[in-house]
Amino acid sequence: MGKALFILGIPLFVFLLTGLAGKKLKPFATGIIGTIGIAIATLISYLIACEYFFGIGKVDGKFQEIIPWTFEWLRFTDKLHIDLGVLIDPISVMMLVVITTVSLMVHIYSFGYMKGERGFERYYAFLSLFTFSMLGLVVATNIFQMYIFWELVGVSSYLLIGFYYTKPAAVLASKKAFIVTRFADLGFLIGVLILSFYTGTFDLSELTANKGSLVVATTAGASFMGLSVATWAMALIFMGGAGKSAMFPLHIWLPDAMEGPTPVSALIHAATMVVAGVYLVARLFPVYVFAAPDVLTMIAYIGCFTALFAAIIAMTQTDIKRVLAFSTISQIAYMMTALGVSGYGGHEGLGYMSSMFHLFTHAFFKALLFLGAGAVIHAVHSNEMANMGNLRKYMPITHITFLIACLAISGIPPFSGFFSKDEILTSTLENGHYILYITLTVTAALTAFYMFRLYFNIFWGKREKTYEHKPHEAPLSMCLPLIILAVFSCVTGFIPFSDFVSSDGVPFATHIKWSVAVVSFNVAMIGGLVALLFYARGSFASDLIVERIPKLYHAALRKFYMDEIWMFITKSVIFKIICYPIAWFDRHVIDGTMNALAIGTQRISSSIRVLQSGRVQFYALVFVLGTLLLTVWALYM
Amino acid sequence: MIQMEHYLIVSTIMFFVGIYGFVTRKNLLAVLISIELILNSVEINFSVFNRYLYPEHLEGMFFSLFGIAISAAETAVAIAIIINVYRRMQNIDVRHIDKMKF
Amino acid sequence: MGSVANLIVFYILGAFITVSSILAVTSKRMLRAATYLLFVLIGTAGLYLLLNYHFLAAVQLSVYAGGILILFIFAILLTTPKGDHVEPGDKRRIATGIVTALAGVIITTLVTLKHHFLYVQPAAIVGDHEINMKIIGSALMGTEKYQYLLPFEALSILLLASVIGGILIARKR
Repeated sequence: MGKALFILGIPLFVFLLTGLAGKKLKPFATGIIGTIGIAIATLISYLIACEYFFGIGKVDGKFQEIIPWTFEWLRFTDKLHIDLGVLIDPISVMMLVVITTVSLMVHIYSFGYMKGERGFERYYAFLSLFTFSMLGLVVATNIFQMYIFWELVGVSSYLLIGFYYTKPAAVLASKKAFIVTRFADLGFLIGVLILSFYTGTFDLSELTANKGSLVVATTAGASFMGLSVATWAMALIFMGGAGKSAMFPLHIWLPDAMEGPTPVSALIHAATMVVAGVYLVARLFPVYVFAAPDVLTMIAYIGCFTALFAAIIAMTQTDIKRVLAFSTISQIAYMMTALGVSGYGGHEGLGYMSSMFHLFTHAFFKALLFLGAGAVIHAVHSNEMANMGNLRKYMPITHITFLIACLAISGIPPFSGFFSKDEILTSTLENGHYILYITLTVTAALTAFYMFRLYFNIFWGKREKTYEHKPHEAPLSMCLPLIILAVFSCVTGFIPFSDFVSSDGVPFATHIKWSVAVVSFNVAMIGGLVALLFYARGSFASDLIVERIPKLYHAALRKFYMDEIWMFITKSVIFKIICYPIAWFDRHVIDGTMNALAIGTQRISSSIRVLQSGRVQFYALVFVLGTLLLTVWALYM
Repeated sequence: MIQMEHYLIVSTIMFFVGIYGFVTRKNLLAVLISIELILNSVEINFSVFNRYLYPEHLEGMFFSLFGIAISAAETAVAIAIIINVYRRMQNIDVRHIDKMKF
Repeated sequence: MGSVANLIVFYILGAFITVSSILAVTSKRMLRAATYLLFVLIGTAGLYLLLNYHFLAAVQLSVYAGGILILFIFAILLTTPKGDHVEPGDKRRIATGIVTALAGVIITTLVTLKHHFLYVQPAAIVGDHEINMKIIGSALMGTEKYQYLLPFEALSILLLASVIGGILIARKR
C-alpha cells in the first residue's frame, strides 16, 4: 500500500520536470515523459485496487480505511492539525482507477489532437499538474488537505481552459471558471472552518467515524439563524462542491470552459474534476446523513432540478461541446440526487452506491464522448453541428465508439449507463421521492433525445454534405483511447459495484428492479426514436416544434438567461450595494486613518526635527543643563 | 593645611569654564581647547581624591596618568580631523559642520 | 610654617589657573588661547606638585605642555591663514553659556561644600609623601592587584591606533 505515494509522486515529478525543463526538451519528449509517468501511475493504481479489494479484502465483513502514509504538516492545537497523507478506502481506490485511466487515455489522445500546437510541453506539464492535484484530492486524509488540492485542481483547470491564451474567449472562460469556483470555494472554506471549530479536527476518518457521531455530539444545541450549526457547515461545504460540480445556479462556468482543448474537457470537465463535488459529499456522507439530513434533501432537489434544467438546455445547443457540457451537468446532477436521497448502511445506502457507480461509468462514457467529439472537431475544424453531417462514412471508428457512448449515456442495456442510471432511479423510488423519480425519468428521455440528436447530426445527414477538406479518420493515437474507452463503456456496467462500494463499507446485494428498468429503457428508446425521426433523415419536424414554442426554445438556447442573471446580480446588486460602499469605506476611512497617521507623524517629526540641528554645541548645552537639573532634582526633591 | 574642597572648587571652575567654551566658541580648535580644560579638571579631581581619601593607594594617580595619555591620543586624532575638515571646507567653524544632521 | 607657605602657593596657583582658563576660552585670538591653555596646564602641574605627585606633574608638563600644545599650535598655524582672528560670538549664545556655567559652578560647589568627605585628617598627609619611582614603575609593569600592566598595554595600542588614524585622516589624497 505504500506505493500509493508513487501515484501522487510521479505526476508531481513529471510536472516539475516538464514544467521546468520543458523548453529544453523536444515537445514530443515531454509528451512521452508525461504519458509514461501516468502509465506507471495507472499501473500502480490498478495494483492497489486489486490488492485492496482482493488481497486485503474485507475485515469483519467491511472494507477498512487504510492510511499507508501520513505526516503532520501544520499543528495548531493538540487535536487540530493539518496532515498530508494518503487514505485508501473503496471510493478513493475507485477514484484512483478512474482518474489515472482517463488521464492516461487523454495523454495518449493528446499526441494526435495537440500535434503541432504551440505550447505542447506546457500542455503536458499542466496535465500532469492536474492529475497530481486530482489524485491528491481523492486520497486526502483530512478535509484541509482536500481543500488544498481542491484549489490546486481549480488552478490547473484555469490554466488548461486558458491554454489558448491568445484567444479572448478562452481567457474570459478561464477567468469565469476560476472566479465562479473560487466564489463557491469560499463557502467550502467557511464550512470547513465552522466544522473544525466545533469538532476540533480536520481528520476525515474522525469526522465520519461511528456515523458522524463526533459532529452530532459537538454541534448539538448550537444554532445560527434558526438552523443548526451542522446544517450551516455542511450546506456551505456543499456550496463548494456545487461550484466544482456545476450545480444550479453555479453551473455557468462549465459550458464556457469548453473553450479549452477538447481532451482537457474530457479529462477535467467531464470525468474527474467536476465530480469532485460528488466525491466531497460522498466523503462526508455519514456526516450529511446523521448531522445534516436537511442539507441532504436540499442536495437531492438541487440535483434533480439541475438535471432537468441542463437537459432542456442541452436539447437546443448547436455547439457539440456545449451539448456535452450540459449533458455533463445533467449527469452529475443525477449523482448528486442519488446521494441526496440515500440513507446510510446496507440497502438503505443504495443511492450512495448508485451515485458512485454512475460516477464510475459516466467518467468513461463521457470521456469517450468528448474524445469522440474532439476527433470530429479535429476532422472538420468546427464545433458547430451545422458544419457536420454524414461523417459515418469518413470516420468509422469514431462513429462506432461514439454510438456506444451515446447508447451508454442514454441508458440502453447492456451498456454501462443503463445499470448505474437504473440504480439511481431505483434508489429515488425506493426512498419514496416520487417527484424526483418522475423528473429523473423524464430527464432520461431528454438525455436520450439530445444525445441522439447530436449523434444523428454529426454522423448522419440531412443531405449529401460536401467538405472543403475531405474529413479523415483520426490517427491511431486518437483512435486507440476511443476504442479502449468504448470497451470500458461496454463492460463497466457489469461490475457488481455494490460488492465493493457502499455507504458503510459493508457490501450488499443489488438486483435490477425490472419495473424501473423497463420504464427507463422505454423512455430512453422513445427519446432516441424521436431524435431519429427528427434528425436522421433530414426531416424538419424539429423546426415545427420550435415554431410552436419559440419562447421556451429561445430561452433554452440562451441557457435560460442564467449568465445574464448572474451578470445582473454581480454588476447591479453586488457591485453597487456591497462593493462600492466597501471600496468607499476602504478608500476614505481605512486609507484615511492611515494617511492621517502618516501625515500626523510627518507633521510632528518635521516640527521636532529642528531639535536635531546637527550642532554639537547645542547638544552639549542641553546635555549639561539636563545633568544639572537631574542633580538638583536628586538633591532637593 | 589646604582643605580638599579648595582643590575641588578650582577644578569645578575649570570644568565649567571648559563647558562655557565648548558651548560658545565657534572655532573647532577653541572647542578642542575647552575639552582639554574639562579633561584636565577631571584629572585634578582624581588626584585630589586619591591624595585625601586614600593616601595609601595609587589608583587616582594612575587614572590621571592614563587620562593624560588618552587625551593626548584624542587630541592627535581630533587635530587630524580638523585639518581634514579645513582642507575640504576652507574653514573650521563648527556651524558649518552640520552635514550629518537629519 | 610649611603649611602656611603651601596655602599661599595654592591660592596663587588657584587664582592663576582660574584666570588663565577663563582667558583661554574668551580670547579672540587662537594663538593666545593656546598660550593660556599652556598656563592652565602648568598651573595644574603645580597643583600636582602641591599634592606631592611629582611624577604626575612631570608627565603633565612633558605630555601636555610639551606634546599636545605643540600640536595645537601647529594646527592653529595651519588652519588660520588670514590673520589670527575669531568672529565675535553670538550674544545670546554667550549669555546662555555664562548662565549655564555659573549655575553649574554654584550647584557643584554647593554640593561639594555640603558633603562631608570621610577623608583622612590633614595631619596624616602633611609631610613628605613623595612616591618612589620604583613603586610607580612596578605598579605599571605588574599584573598583581593594584598593578596596571593591562591598561598600560591597552593604552599603548590606543596610542598606536590614534597615530595611524591621525596619519590616515590628515594625509592628502
